[in-house]
Amino acid sequence: MPTPPYPSSPSRRPGRALLAALLGAAALLAACASSAERAAVDITSDTIADSSATAFPIEIDTAGGPVTIEARPEAIVSMSPTATEMLWAIGAGDQVKAVDSLSTYPAGTPVTDLSAFEPNLEAIAAQQPDLVVLGFANDEIQAGLAGLGIPVLLEEAASTLDDTYSQMTDLGLATGHPDEAAAAVASVRSGIDEVVKGMAATPGARPTVYHELDDTFYSASSGSFIGQLYQLLGYDNIADAADPDGSVGYPQLNAEQIIKANPDLIVITDAYSYGPADIAARPGWNTIKAVADDRVVVVNDDIASRWGPRVVDFLRTIADATPVPAGAAQQ
Amino acid sequence: MSAPAAAAPGGGTPPRGIPHDGGLPDGDGIAAAFRLRPAALAVAVAVTVAVLGLSVAVGPFPIPLTQILLAVADRLSLPGVHTTLTPQEQVILFQWRLPRAVLGGLVGAALALSGATYQGVFRNPLADPYLLGVAAGAGLGATIVIGGHLQAGWGPLDTVAAAAFVGALAGVLLAAALGRGAGSSPAALLLAGVAVASFLTAVQTYLVQRDSDGFREVYTWILGQLVTSGWGDVALLAPYVAVCGAVILALRRQLDVLRVGDTEAASLGLDPGRIRLVLIVAASLLAAAAVAVSGLISFVGIVVPHVVRLLVGSSNRVVLPLSALGGAAFLMLADLGARTLASPAEVPIGVITAFVGAPFFAFVLWTGRRAIA
Repeated sequence: MPTPPYPSSPSRRPGRALLAALLGAAALLAACASSAERAAVDITSDTIADSSATAFPIEIDTAGGPVTIEARPEAIVSMSPTATEMLWAIGAGDQVKAVDSLSTYPAGTPVTDLSAFEPNLEAIAAQQPDLVVLGFANDEIQAGLAGLGIPVLLEEAASTLDDTYSQMTDLGLATGHPDEAAAAVASVRSGIDEVVKGMAATPGARPTVYHELDDTFYSASSGSFIGQLYQLLGYDNIADAADPDGSVGYPQLNAEQIIKANPDLIVITDAYSYGPADIAARPGWNTIKAVADDRVVVVNDDIASRWGPRVVDFLRTIADATPVPAGAAQQ
Repeated sequence: MSAPAAAAPGGGTPPRGIPHDGGLPDGDGIAAAFRLRPAALAVAVAVTVAVLGLSVAVGPFPIPLTQILLAVADRLSLPGVHTTLTPQEQVILFQWRLPRAVLGGLVGAALALSGATYQGVFRNPLADPYLLGVAAGAGLGATIVIGGHLQAGWGPLDTVAAAAFVGALAGVLLAAALGRGAGSSPAALLLAGVAVASFLTAVQTYLVQRDSDGFREVYTWILGQLVTSGWGDVALLAPYVAVCGAVILALRRQLDVLRVGDTEAASLGLDPGRIRLVLIVAASLLAAAAVAVSGLISFVGIVVPHVVRLLVGSSNRVVLPLSALGGAAFLMLADLGARTLASPAEVPIGVITAFVGAPFFAFVLWTGRRAIA
């Protein structure tokens, strides 16, 4: 039977948008120092005390079921850029033997050509890991690794910040760094609290945001992880009109609708080669408040598409770009 | 050139809806039935214009149709007409809705006319830019240019369109050559087309997978979309539709003559090989240009010509022009659905065309069983 040779079902779109968002360039933000490095400093001082904190073997309750780890892993393979960031943040970086091709943060990760999206069992096994962290469920890889006696932690895309925290905690237990994981979680929490508190000081109506994933107007609603971060900062998300119950996550909007919604802030990522000037040049977009007030923000695509410790940096970038409500500023 | 009707061999009457290999209906008064009747043309034009009006009138900003007509008249500097639309509403109307509707119409016309032409040239009811490897070839060409950041353009001479055209032509010629080598049955050509399309798609997928970062812009494009702003894409596509459409429509009588058989056509002073080649090049250029601006939108090229045949008969003189108009109306309607079904979210237009097209394709296969067997 002839079928169109390309995927075109709507269910593919969020996946595609997510995929596009996940495939990031290696550029680093100067601001990345905050939580990840602070946690890394703590690690060195705590390593000795910490190694006795977990008694192996240990059973970890993950979202994918219980996983037993017999001994402190020393040859971890991370197949998830977010998990890689978390592992370094909790001080388990020197136990990591190999990471997938997109795990380029923090600097110095042992990047290999392993593909996170098309994982190859033999290529993973060839690294002789004693723990594998996956970012996507993959029955064959999971069953294959289980058959080889290699424990697997499945840490899929978080849908809430609590997922982020519990993944960091899981990784802390699994690698023998529970205290540092707790410290890293606390650091992320306090970083977020600090940013949110700064926002609460500005009175006035809730500002609106449009988060643009690409130039065909795919967006992130409050049903997505990143959409929840905007909620945290007190934003109304214009994409929610297209995804009222949050089940889509990444709806495609209509340009006319965006002009009509008139957002106060437009956020784009550096994943594509267009910038604020191109946004302003779109017909009719000069009437949008965000464009008129010069509030089109470019965020690092890696940070905006992961759910690791750098969410604090993302929140800070957005908070800095948030308009002071017109009522408060002018009257 | 109304001779072919009288020259029809007594091969039985082909069923309406499925053009039969070489056979023409016999009997008197057939020549008239093979001409495009003004009434049919008028209806098709009216439907297309009505759909255009509907697509322009519907959107998140409520703008009444009368206001739209006034604004268009004002834009055309008709004396005594002044629009009361705000500047923002005018931008919405003239930079977003109208270009998108017109682009949808042009893409639909290009795909449907291209499909109808292939069906006529190959005397195969299932020939279509997708099944012949044309779209896959165009997709591969465009992918290489987009992914390699080789985009450059001087008006309609765009590198994406050029690469898409080279790929499209390579795809269809390869399929035709393979199909001829495999025998003369309609299935041979289609199987060859499927093989070519699979191969070209595999190459494209490999390129995208190997360098997903460089090729990320291809993802959006592969899925097919009509999201456009301003008149750039329309200006890119319109010359191709105009030139190729004129060439194909000018040859529509000759194409009817070819249905009688190559020997008969040659005896009437035609060069069947050259006519076929010109038509294949024109149809491929049409499909490639459409693919270059809108990505891969499936099933328009097969659904529309078949509906036209079911309604008005299988003469190319009727099917080709009405397919172009029908394709324009169909894709504008599909895009209206894409914009409004889940409003304010968009539904990918390829989903809508395939949702209508796939069951229809099955229906044609089912009802046409006798004709094909």
